[in-house]
Amino acid sequence: MKKFLSGNHAVAEAVRLCRTQLVAAYPITPQTPIYEKLSDWEAAGELGGLMMRVESEHSAMAACLSASLTGARTFTATSSQGIALMHEMLHFASGCRTSVVMACVNRTLAAPWAFWADQTDSLSQRDTGWMQIYCEDNQESFDSTIQAFRIAEKVLLPCMVVLEANFISHFMEPVEIPDQKEVDRFLPAVGIPKRFDVDNPGYVMGVVSQTQFEGYRQLSHEAMRYGLETVEEVDREFRTQFGRGYGLVEGVAIEDAELVLVTSGSITSTARVAIANLRKKGLRVGLLKIRLFRPYPTAALRKILDPIPRIAVLERNLSLGREGIFCSELKAALVNSPTPHRIQGYLAGIGGTDVNPGLIERVIMDGLGREQVSDEPVWMREEKV
Amino acid sequence: MINPEKARAAEVMRSGHMGCPGCGHAIGMRLVLQALGNRAVVVVVPSCVAVVSGPYPNACFNVPMFHSAFEIAAPTAAGISAALKIQGKSDIPVLAFAGDGGTFDIGLQSLSGAADRNEDFIYVCMDNEAYMNTGIQVSSSTPQFAWTGTSPKGNTRRKKQIMEIMAAHRIPYAATACIGFPEDLMRKVKRAKEIRGTRFLHLLSPCPTGWKMAENMAPMSAAAAVETSIFPLYEIVEGTEYTINHIPKGLPVEKYLSLQGRYKHLGQEEIRTIQAETDRAWKELQRRAKGG
Repeated sequence: MKKFLSGNHAVAEAVRLCRTQLVAAYPITPQTPIYEKLSDWEAAGELGGLMMRVESEHSAMAACLSASLTGARTFTATSSQGIALMHEMLHFASGCRTSVVMACVNRTLAAPWAFWADQTDSLSQRDTGWMQIYCEDNQESFDSTIQAFRIAEKVLLPCMVVLEANFISHFMEPVEIPDQKEVDRFLPAVGIPKRFDVDNPGYVMGVVSQTQFEGYRQLSHEAMRYGLETVEEVDREFRTQFGRGYGLVEGVAIEDAELVLVTSGSITSTARVAIANLRKKGLRVGLLKIRLFRPYPTAALRKILDPIPRIAVLERNLSLGREGIFCSELKAALVNSPTPHRIQGYLAGIGGTDVNPGLIERVIMDGLGREQVSDEPVWMREEKV
Repeated sequence: MINPEKARAAEVMRSGHMGCPGCGHAIGMRLVLQALGNRAVVVVVPSCVAVVSGPYPNACFNVPMFHSAFEIAAPTAAGISAALKIQGKSDIPVLAFAGDGGTFDIGLQSLSGAADRNEDFIYVCMDNEAYMNTGIQVSSSTPQFAWTGTSPKGNTRRKKQIMEIMAAHRIPYAATACIGFPEDLMRKVKRAKEIRGTRFLHLLSPCPTGWKMAENMAPMSAAAAVETSIFPLYEIVEGTEYTINHIPKGLPVEKYLSLQGRYKHLGQEEIRTIQAETDRAWKELQRRAKGG
């Protein structure tokens, strides 16, 4: 059934349909409508699970990770300052090999204070051991949330579904919502290990030695590799059942491309328009969307980008003193590529400014015409009319 | 008196804990777990309680246990408790051990949140009155004038009144206890086990290492804390109904202070200040117990 939904409410629909057993959450703009919608359903007796209205995001993750270790399906949602406060617990949730699913609605990190789209909040959690899926629109946010539960419960690592403030969280779009039976068929009842069994007591997370620690980290890293296969497999099965799939990355108009624009999140949907416009004009340009950020889909990226001479990475996030985070990651992924690339980073939409097709076309034209690639990112802004 | 044979049969804590010789926590946690029984889930957080539990792969508790993060004993216990309920196992109690730092300081927010929601668990604050696990640093539970590594001239602040804070949350049950009165301690754990919602035990657990005492002094100094009225034994039901469980002998505070090297620098004026505050607090507690 098609419903007209904001990205936030699409995520909430998915959480309910996944029969989530514990939702622990704390309000923060722009995530709050997820929390409110789930509360409405709980009040109406339509949620099925428990809600814990905690006093901070830090405690939300503490409750989710311990409930997950007990064997429950858990969810939380946050943004910005909230995910920054959670940081310690994010490491803990992955170190404990839990299956917590979280929606992170990308919002600027203070200071200065702002409420708009910026991916730096989730990207600065890169090394916490969470799988991260970046969504392009409301439908993908819904679909990825359902996929995330299956992925996290199979890999035994937590999974973050990432959508941007306002452009996805609050903008309304038609979203295809399957019925409960269909979701149940795709996502079986939770079957993760129950770590606290009074008939078979064990100690979870005792203090370990140096070599044991190293061993556990290696195992988690291997789980991430397995996660790569799992994300692909779950997405494939999702496509078979629901007719929609996204892959780890997606290439658009890649054949014969002289330049490929790399994007993630909501900028991708605008870039599709820009690429189509430029192709009509006869320019050999393509698009690559990065959907999965952790585990990093190096092989899938290289399969598409290895033969491409010019690459432009356009993104709304910044590692101060370096460049856009997707750009750095991409450069590192292509360092062993047999063909040399000219990779130029572009920053646009930082702080939630609009990134329209015209701006994206200018990025592409700059990339095509550029004699020298700069190691510094190029700041792109809307032209004042 | 506890029958040693009976106590041994119900042992939940096995030999091989990693606490210092004479550790008050080892005694206190053993008594708490004996009273709780082995069909329970236990949370420990960074603190000497996690030292006592033992490093991987050793574990001295014969119950499922989770070593969670420092400031989240309460929401960790709440998460486990909620998940057990979802699985239809609401008969299994969840108990969290945290130190005074993890309760009075860094964990206070998350404890307050859980108590406000009346989450279903027993929280035991193992209070040794300083950050002992990191090597004796001042916490907001450290008493006035006490020496620690970060209050070398004596603590300038007074001990935070955690029981009043917990009572203000109107939780179903809160009680003080100490290892000098083991029967009282175990009775309170058993009583707490019969109640649902947030239950809080403030357990004074002397630390021979940090308090600078001989290894055999933990229970005796705890008893002296009670008999001097420095640490009275009482219960609070629903945040308002106070009951005093033991009338102290009213010994002068010096009988307690002089047992401990952390107070050896005190002069008569400081001792008089402690006596005056102890007398005032004891009168106030009696007033509350009588219902004002």
